[in-house]
Amino acid sequence: MRSGASALTRFRSIALGGMSLADYGFYILCATAVVLLLAEAVRDTTNFAQTLVFGLTQGAIFALIALGYTMVYGIIELINFAHGDVFTLSAYIGTTILGLFTVTEGSFTALNLVALVIIFPVVMLIMGGINVAIERIAYRPLRSAPRLAPLITAIGMSFFLEGVMFLWKGPATVHFPNILPQWTTTVGGVFFGLKDIFVIITAAILVALLAFFINRTRLGKAMRATAQDRDAAQLMGIDINRTIAATFFIGALLAGAGGVIYGLYYNTVYYQLGFRTGLIAFTAAVFGGIGNIPGAAIGGLIIGLTAAFSDSYIGGKWTTVVIFGILIGVLVFRPTGLLGMRVPEK
Amino acid sequence: MPESTENILELTNLTKRFGGLVAVDNVSLHIKRGEVFALIGPNGAGKTTLFNNVTGLFTPTAGRVVFDGRDITGSKPHQVARLGIARTFQNIRLFDYMSCLDNVRVGRHVRMKAKVWDSLFKLPWERREEERVTDEAMELLRFVGIAKHANQYARNLAYGQQRRLEIARALATDPKLLLLDEPAAGFTPQEKVELMQLVKKILSRGITVFLIEHDMKVVMGISERIVVLDHGEKIAEGPPDEVRKDVKVIEAYLGKSA
Amino acid sequence: MSNAAKARPTLRDRLNIRERIRDRDTAVYGILIIVAVLFPLVTVYATGGTALVSHATRAGYWVLLAIGLNVVVGFAGLLDLGYAAFFAIGAYTYALLASPQLASSPAHHAVHINFWILIFGSMLMAALFGAILGFPTLRLRGDYLAIVTLGFGEIVPQLFYNFDQWTGGINAVGLIDQPLLPAWIQGPWSGDGDFKIVSPFSFNTDPVAFYVLVCFLIAIAVILVTNLYRSRLGRAWMAIREDEVAAAAMGINTVTTKLLAFGIGASFSGFAGAYYAADVALVSPDNFLFIVSITVLVMVVLGGMGNITGVIVGALVMYYLVFYLIPGLPENATSLASSIGLGSLNQSSGDWPGLGEETQRLNFIIYGGILVGMMLLRPQGLLPSRVREQELKHAAVLEEASAVEEGARA
Repeated sequence: MRSGASALTRFRSIALGGMSLADYGFYILCATAVVLLLAEAVRDTTNFAQTLVFGLTQGAIFALIALGYTMVYGIIELINFAHGDVFTLSAYIGTTILGLFTVTEGSFTALNLVALVIIFPVVMLIMGGINVAIERIAYRPLRSAPRLAPLITAIGMSFFLEGVMFLWKGPATVHFPNILPQWTTTVGGVFFGLKDIFVIITAAILVALLAFFINRTRLGKAMRATAQDRDAAQLMGIDINRTIAATFFIGALLAGAGGVIYGLYYNTVYYQLGFRTGLIAFTAAVFGGIGNIPGAAIGGLIIGLTAAFSDSYIGGKWTTVVIFGILIGVLVFRPTGLLGMRVPEK
Repeated sequence: MPESTENILELTNLTKRFGGLVAVDNVSLHIKRGEVFALIGPNGAGKTTLFNNVTGLFTPTAGRVVFDGRDITGSKPHQVARLGIARTFQNIRLFDYMSCLDNVRVGRHVRMKAKVWDSLFKLPWERREEERVTDEAMELLRFVGIAKHANQYARNLAYGQQRRLEIARALATDPKLLLLDEPAAGFTPQEKVELMQLVKKILSRGITVFLIEHDMKVVMGISERIVVLDHGEKIAEGPPDEVRKDVKVIEAYLGKSA
Repeated sequence: MSNAAKARPTLRDRLNIRERIRDRDTAVYGILIIVAVLFPLVTVYATGGTALVSHATRAGYWVLLAIGLNVVVGFAGLLDLGYAAFFAIGAYTYALLASPQLASSPAHHAVHINFWILIFGSMLMAALFGAILGFPTLRLRGDYLAIVTLGFGEIVPQLFYNFDQWTGGINAVGLIDQPLLPAWIQGPWSGDGDFKIVSPFSFNTDPVAFYVLVCFLIAIAVILVTNLYRSRLGRAWMAIREDEVAAAAMGINTVTTKLLAFGIGASFSGFAGAYYAADVALVSPDNFLFIVSITVLVMVVLGGMGNITGVIVGALVMYYLVFYLIPGLPENATSLASSIGLGSLNQSSGDWPGLGEETQRLNFIIYGGILVGMMLLRPQGLLPSRVREQELKHAAVLEEASAVEEGARA
């Protein structure tokens, strides 16, 4: 065993032209996947493009959730299992708020537009508040506790939120009003609608806003500093509690938007949706290099596309295997994720 | 190398780069068997990096590390420890939630033979080995003077006791060469005197000592030869009295503080 | 010398405190053994049935799982979020090799291997997969390991589901063989007739048999794991958990050591899996989802990571909550309402689904609330691990040592 392990280390450290063999392995796998997909694209362009559209849409939603995972992990190294349920809860709140408007389903009225403009900020702010409260109640008291204690409270919060949704609307699926313009078109046999465009553009805007916030604002810089080294940040006069709360707030804003977008797109949600979606979004965050914000966005898209292509070409029942298989492969060949940086050990 | 019998450790043109930063720059030095050798230099001079290269935590970018006549460049930390180099850490790295006794017994790990099956079924020889190792560990705790804390968590010890425990743990690996990374940092004058006595006791066990230290009194008091690093380069080498008078050394230190 | 004399009583006081601490674990084991013996007698006598004994048996394999996961998470500090995968591997190994299932597979031949052999086969199979997964991934930083295991835990049940030609997929593997006792145990003295000493003890008909078996398995597991905990390997695990760099600098091969933790943890899971398959006689991929891994993890953390008595108690408490108390709440609430004259609450009307249904809906909230609350109250777990008192001999050494130290100082 010992010689095997060191053989593996040796294998990893063989370098040709500046890259290790593991890197070559990684690139060869990626290249193979791309070649196979291209072959498929040539063989049946329509199906390929259709899958692409679907994958991008679903990937955009994964990306929004993945950002929350990656930000929270980056700052307090917690896998926030409740995050997927925060996402679902926002869809539940969204559908309730839309119920207050007399929106018209199936066509696009002025009132629908008003509802649409209002629902995003309202749901996002509510979710932000809820997530900050969750952090305050379930995570902050455990900041100096053993590492796994907050993980268990996160799981507990996840059940709790699912329970709230279950109690509120019951175990059945919940309808989310279909208020987006129903315009669709086919280009070269590929069927897509304004809905798809809406999802992708909204997600892109949110990610851009987040990037701006993180890189340009004082609070954003404080967040990055805290993620780097909490003690040093504290010495520099950064209020750690406030910064961590802000991270949860922003993560929930994005998940909140994601939940509303999901509802608007699929028009149906149910209380356990966040469990699985959350796991996949978390995978996306790891895929992009956990703690890495652009990585999470790109990871979300890639996982969305992977899921769509796997559904279409391999079969839905293999998608779990494909996604998590890729996850394991990435971590073995490239332990810091797709965009993660190699950090020297301390 | 024929002189390997006299030198326990030889570094030849050792270089470690991190990206563009050269932390250790082409350093050569040798440590004689049975001496106390000190490495000094301003903060950030690359002293700990040099230690890490010797103990296998880092792989040198270039150069060779020869220990006891054997090339150990690029060996893994556990292999280096098995060969007989033990170390302490600048920012104490004890096993916090293990008792002091267990900390030292972990140090014995590499000299123990029990395999999974032996331990699983508590075979007689495993039992005997455990008893022997426990006695040896207690002996070491007594050697550094903290035996009465044997059953306390390492994290509950006072700072000076933790430093001692780290030394006991390192000694438990039966090293030929002991690397001490700033062992007197944060010590009171009294504790420093005690530390110097402890180093002399270690020396009398036939263990060579290689230490990094800032406190000149400690360095001058116990070491036979000194190497001075600045910006990763070796700028002086020799007995304490010579080094103290070296112009470059004075510049390196005063230049920093001025 | 007078100092040394003065130091003695205080030291002895300290030792007495430690004595009590050490007694805590001994006391817990004592209570557990007594409860384990009395439980079937009392419940069978009180309820006249064996339903509660079956419950206890099922709690037993969760205890086995928790003891195994504790090796990985509590001792070695490796976060494993896919522990159920090894449980599944163990259960399917037994289910496929001891049932008619393979007759309808492409192999066209049913296999029936003896339980007592196969339980070790399942163990080895799970350990093998643990090693295969751990080998390339244990070099990863702590949390990445968690994610790899999470992925593995998602993949394995899906594979059992997908390869339905072999495993029956969603239709599950049924008619699994039940263990048979060796003939010498079932000898004439246990048979019918006037000379029988113990009543018939058959796994096919008697839930108590499974209960006794699981108690023995747990006892063996506890002894073996305690041995490991107090050994060279156990200390190496804990050293890695505390500080991997320092552990490596002390000569511990961290990769091999972690691999051993992973493999041993997995083998426990496989062991429990085989036992589970034999007990319930029906194995489906749905029994091994992420929630199972999470539940075991909660048992370990809540009980007190690293402490064997802690995780046993944690497993029993969690089993009681998750599988007995909370599912039973609606029924209890309904009967309570009836008995205090609020029976009308039990009827559904308008938005009100009836008390039972409403309580049912509260289950998730209750469970989540309990997890959060318990963790906030006791972040270290119910029975956290403490420094173990050394053998008495070393207490004496300790006293002597401190006397010498004090004397030197005086």
